[in-house]
Amino acid sequence: MDYSQKVMDHFMNPRNVGKIDLANGIGEVGNPTCGDIMHIEIEVKEDKIIDIKFQTFGCAAAIATSSMVTEMVKGKTLEEAEKITNRTVAEALDGLPPVKMHCSNLAADALHEAIKNYRQGQGSSANVQKGCCKQLSNSCCINIEEQPEQ
Amino acid sequence: MKSIYMDHSATTPVDPEVFDAMIPYFTDIYGNASSVHSQGQKATRAVEHAREQVAQLIGASPREIIFTSGGTEADNQAIITIMAANKKGKHFITSAIEHHAVLHTGEYLVKQGYELTILPVNSFGVVEPDTLRAALRPDTALVSIMHANNEVGTIEEIKELAAISHEAGALFHTDAVQSVGKIPVDVKDLGVDLLSASSHKLYGPKGIGCLFIKKGVGISSYLHGGGHERNLRAGTVNVPGVVGFGKAAELANQRLPQNAEYLKILAQRLTKGILETTPNTILTGHPVNRLPGNVSVCFDYVEGESILLMLDSYGIMASSGSACTSGSLDPSHVLLALGLSHETAHGSLRLTMGKDNTTEDVDYVLEKLPSIIKNLRMMSPLGK
Repeated sequence: MDYSQKVMDHFMNPRNVGKIDLANGIGEVGNPTCGDIMHIEIEVKEDKIIDIKFQTFGCAAAIATSSMVTEMVKGKTLEEAEKITNRTVAEALDGLPPVKMHCSNLAADALHEAIKNYRQGQGSSANVQKGCCKQLSNSCCINIEEQPEQ
Repeated sequence: MKSIYMDHSATTPVDPEVFDAMIPYFTDIYGNASSVHSQGQKATRAVEHAREQVAQLIGASPREIIFTSGGTEADNQAIITIMAANKKGKHFITSAIEHHAVLHTGEYLVKQGYELTILPVNSFGVVEPDTLRAALRPDTALVSIMHANNEVGTIEEIKELAAISHEAGALFHTDAVQSVGKIPVDVKDLGVDLLSASSHKLYGPKGIGCLFIKKGVGISSYLHGGGHERNLRAGTVNVPGVVGFGKAAELANQRLPQNAEYLKILAQRLTKGILETTPNTILTGHPVNRLPGNVSVCFDYVEGESILLMLDSYGIMASSGSACTSGSLDPSHVLLALGLSHETAHGSLRLTMGKDNTTEDVDYVLEKLPSIIKNLRMMSPLGK
């Protein structure tokens, strides 16, 4: 797999791994069947993401995109964070191999779920906002808008 | 940095003795083995010598060996031409854990109007004799079951499976790409009609392999053209490749018992070390009847590609059956056929050792691997 140096850097030295005690927004996408789960916790104060942490089960691309998204939004307003997409995360990593653009590039989705969860005022682990990546049959889940070209 | 290669089931380095044997056949003895002149004669002699060396490794007669471009071509030729030429029927049987060279050939046959039965395996990856017995039909022409599995290392009971197939009047082929050179393979003892082997799995060059065809078994040419290989495989013979394969076979024959015993001890040390230090880990494949240097495991809560890249950063090269490493969305068909869940199969790691690996290599892997798994699990929302 030909990963960019930035992907390898974020994979080998992931930023912001873990959980936040005072998290008030929690989001998760993916499922274990597909081999990728991204869990993101945010602490929001006065409309700003003052802290963000992630936990990811997945390949190098999944871990690197998670790490990158946390770096991109830390200190940003919710409005700014909502503009970040899976594509801009991939671009910030100098791109991902084509095969990874679909199944392992969901970190922005996890972030958006966390923000949605915060806006609903449900920031507790009992109310994790789960989204996007629905399990399709018993095979891997894929981002519906971006079906892989076979 | 250290460089520890533990992916010998993918390919092996060419042995220096093999390479030395090949060199003259690129520049000095460059003749076409089909030519009449002295250059051609020298090439022919070298090819026939290699045929004897390969035949000897598997207990065949040299006339029962044809050289192919590798294991995949041998599998294709055996399966497709036997199914096309036989008068018994259109039913082909294989197993769920075969290499794609066999499984996809079976699927191709289905598109051509043939019938295919894919036998399930038990949780160790063993094709059970009764499963085969139940699947055989009066119109079954050919059964193809691999000798040893490339991912989990399980060795199949080929002797019994071949006998059962013969009782039902079907021919028996085995893909022995992973076993030849690693464990004793004797075509007479196994009772097989056809067997595929590949040079680069036994310290020979890539791009060369062979098909054993038992005397009297009616196979036909798959690549059409000149009359090479007794009209059974058209195309100018890859003389340096054949010479290398022959030398590799000779060396494998000499070193086999010693290497097998050595690799078994290394694998036991590595397996024990992994299972003792890393909880929530299983050994996949048969616990005893497995290829000597194969250690295949699945770690819960982590994903294979991440393990491979972390290992690679320490100079350790291995492989995995996770979806992310196969380039598809599903993990390896072999691991799923064993009954493992997708979740478990995603955490697969295969370490396949070779003759040049040492106890120090094993200990180095055992020094690095447990902390890699621990770190990835700490990063994983599934981790405990």
